[in-house]
Amino acid sequence: MPTYVRTDKCDGCKGQDKTACMYICPHDLMTLDKDGSVTGHAMKAYNQEPEQCWECYACVKICPQQAIECRHYADVVPLGAQVQPLRGTDSIMWTIKFRNGTVKRFKFPIRTTPEGSADPFGGKPDADMSDLGNPTKLFTDAMHHCDMGQFLAN
Amino acid sequence: MSEYTFASPEVVEEEIDILIIGGGMGACGTAFEIPKWAEGSGLKIKLVDKAAMDRSGAVAQGLSAINTYMGDNDPADYVRYVRGDLMGITREDLVYDTGRHVDDSVHNFEDWGLPIWKQKGDEGKKLRDGGKPVRSGRWQIMINGESYKWIVAEAAKKALGIENIQERIFIVRLMTDKNDPGRIAGAAGFSVRENKIYIYKFKTCLLAAGGAVNIFRPRSIGEGTGRAWYPVWNAGSTYAMAAECGAEMTLMENRFVPARFKDGYGPVGAWFLLFKAKAMNAFGEDYQEKNYDLLKDHGYDKYAVGFNMGTCLRNHLMMIEMKEGRGPIFLDTPSAMAKLAESMTPKEIKHLEAEAWEDFLDMTISQCGVWAGENIEPDKEMSELMPTEPYLLGSHAGCAGLWCSGPDDLPGTPDHYHWGYNRMTTVNGLFTAGDGVGASGHKFSSGSFTEGRMVAKSMVQYCLDNPDLKPELSRTTEQIVDEIYRPVRTFLEHKDYTTAIDINPHYITPKMLQFRLQKIMDEYVAGVSTWYQTNEKMLVVAERKMKMLKEDSLKMRAKDLHELLRAWENYHRIITAEAHMQHIKFRQETRYPGYYYRADYQAINDDEWKCFVNSTYDRDTGEWKLKKVKWQPLISVGENEPEAMHHMGPDL
Repeated sequence: MPTYVRTDKCDGCKGQDKTACMYICPHDLMTLDKDGSVTGHAMKAYNQEPEQCWECYACVKICPQQAIECRHYADVVPLGAQVQPLRGTDSIMWTIKFRNGTVKRFKFPIRTTPEGSADPFGGKPDADMSDLGNPTKLFTDAMHHCDMGQFLAN
Repeated sequence: MSEYTFASPEVVEEEIDILIIGGGMGACGTAFEIPKWAEGSGLKIKLVDKAAMDRSGAVAQGLSAINTYMGDNDPADYVRYVRGDLMGITREDLVYDTGRHVDDSVHNFEDWGLPIWKQKGDEGKKLRDGGKPVRSGRWQIMINGESYKWIVAEAAKKALGIENIQERIFIVRLMTDKNDPGRIAGAAGFSVRENKIYIYKFKTCLLAAGGAVNIFRPRSIGEGTGRAWYPVWNAGSTYAMAAECGAEMTLMENRFVPARFKDGYGPVGAWFLLFKAKAMNAFGEDYQEKNYDLLKDHGYDKYAVGFNMGTCLRNHLMMIEMKEGRGPIFLDTPSAMAKLAESMTPKEIKHLEAEAWEDFLDMTISQCGVWAGENIEPDKEMSELMPTEPYLLGSHAGCAGLWCSGPDDLPGTPDHYHWGYNRMTTVNGLFTAGDGVGASGHKFSSGSFTEGRMVAKSMVQYCLDNPDLKPELSRTTEQIVDEIYRPVRTFLEHKDYTTAIDINPHYITPKMLQFRLQKIMDEYVAGVSTWYQTNEKMLVVAERKMKMLKEDSLKMRAKDLHELLRAWENYHRIITAEAHMQHIKFRQETRYPGYYYRADYQAINDDEWKCFVNSTYDRDTGEWKLKKVKWQPLISVGENEPEAMHHMGPDL
């Protein structure tokens, strides 16, 4: 299906105008069935085009209820396995369940700074407008060393 | 609001100075760089993305490596590596330009919070302070990249200002100026959330909407259709929209066919380069060594020095083996892990196993799903490799894209490489970056972002140089609305003619149109079903079928906004596919064996074809014009480069 939404966990993001999974899906797959006319489950999200799912897990990682999981491509993968993350603010934990019951767990860092703290211009210089047409300069003025002797014309 | 409906959308018209189309790495680079140069200018800048920037573009899922980082290398050697991989023909000015600026972008990513692996002893020391990265290859560095795009988007959004960004707007058309067909003047698209059409008028824009996926029939055709190697949402929008407003394209015959772990399409780079795993045929033979002499058959050996050869040639050696029936091809992951483990403590082995899994969990989670489903533990069992369906892109190991002006300062740059602002296309005021810039592959995530930064400067300069420019759209609001919402109106007009919504003689669903495109491309334009082979006669058949497909694209239906998104994506796919087909037909040689073969011209023919193929498209007549363009090297031939690098190509 790729990703699917569990009826017992999804709360439709509590009736906000859009759900977290709708907000994030890069391919516009997740949608909210407001009145239940499509799925029989009112105010719950679903994946409207499973065969277009990249299994990028953007919806799985962002869901505040951990209501989204992935059943891998049925035309390719045998049933019974599951790969499930729990994404925190500085790391992500993965649980991989094999079809034969083997379980592996991994934890990896995802960022070194607090979420939301990226400061694009902190400690960075201002642009020198006289360099606007100079291709050797970006505003940070930190071009790599270049051995100009490597050019045929030199 | 209530008066606007699906049948009759609201039309929002805005006049600004600069529009950034896209939200991937290239667009984020522009969003980061542009405020500094535009400060105090009063320029109105806006960014629109068809998805959400936190997870849009090719890096949405994350990455386990940054593939372009110079470090101790000189940018000239980067040029040598890129031209070696892309069979000689690259725009060395563009590649060099990316190389000399890319490291600074990576240093910024690290400042914002991207974890970059360091060598022992340098843990915690930043790259900009001399920290040594863990290299998986000469140009690649390893990262903990699950949140790579999230972090970059966070900085980009803050830089540009959230008030200047609008998500879920899909731009589908560019428009040239009413009084100057060689100049860009606007763009139009729609919201995929509300019944709204957006029409922007501007002086200049960046078109950075990625490469092209799903123009060929994929190997998996059920749910697995979504498991493309490149992101399935890359619909060729960059190429199609630029072509339709007359921008010159280059090397659109090029494609990328990655050889990856079968079905999951997980990355093999770290396994080959970092873990030193070996690939073999079904009988345990090293097929590269075995087939090496066969490279001589069509002169392919001219582009190899030992086993140092382009990605396409390595594919070629694998395909020989598969076509002759000695597959599956396996990657011997257990032996590689066992060898590495020989000198390790149990704790280190555990860490190594985690590193191997992270390589996939960071960027291709599906691969882990395939392994878990098939009970494969890579340290215990080998996995199959398989060449994928073809993709068009300009940032990875491929070089399709738009013909762009380069920097003006590099020694020996010929006039036809530089005619204006850096990264401007042949349409005045229209810029591109990342997958959009042709003939300059291997920029990857960091290089695409860096190119976006260059474009930021160029666009500000363009605006300051043209303060009195008053863009006027070549199409009326009514024409634009009619065209964009045609699939909606077609649906509403005919939906009650039949009882089954998907079967109706008056329209075609975007999904079926996509299947038809994929069938044509696969069977006639060197897809997987012909082992990537085509010839002139097959291409003539394809051309005929494509013409009718294009006619039928006007009959696509859209039953909701989601399907309108798909309709326009597939229209972009058709134009992109047509460019690919025309270019392959024009180039009468097999420049990229292992990516595709012209069965009627199997040789690499440097005397006639070591040059660019450029094209332009006339939207009104539907005609393509193709030509050869002189290739000019800028960097001297290095000691370890193949002999063919000295060949200057035809006089043009």
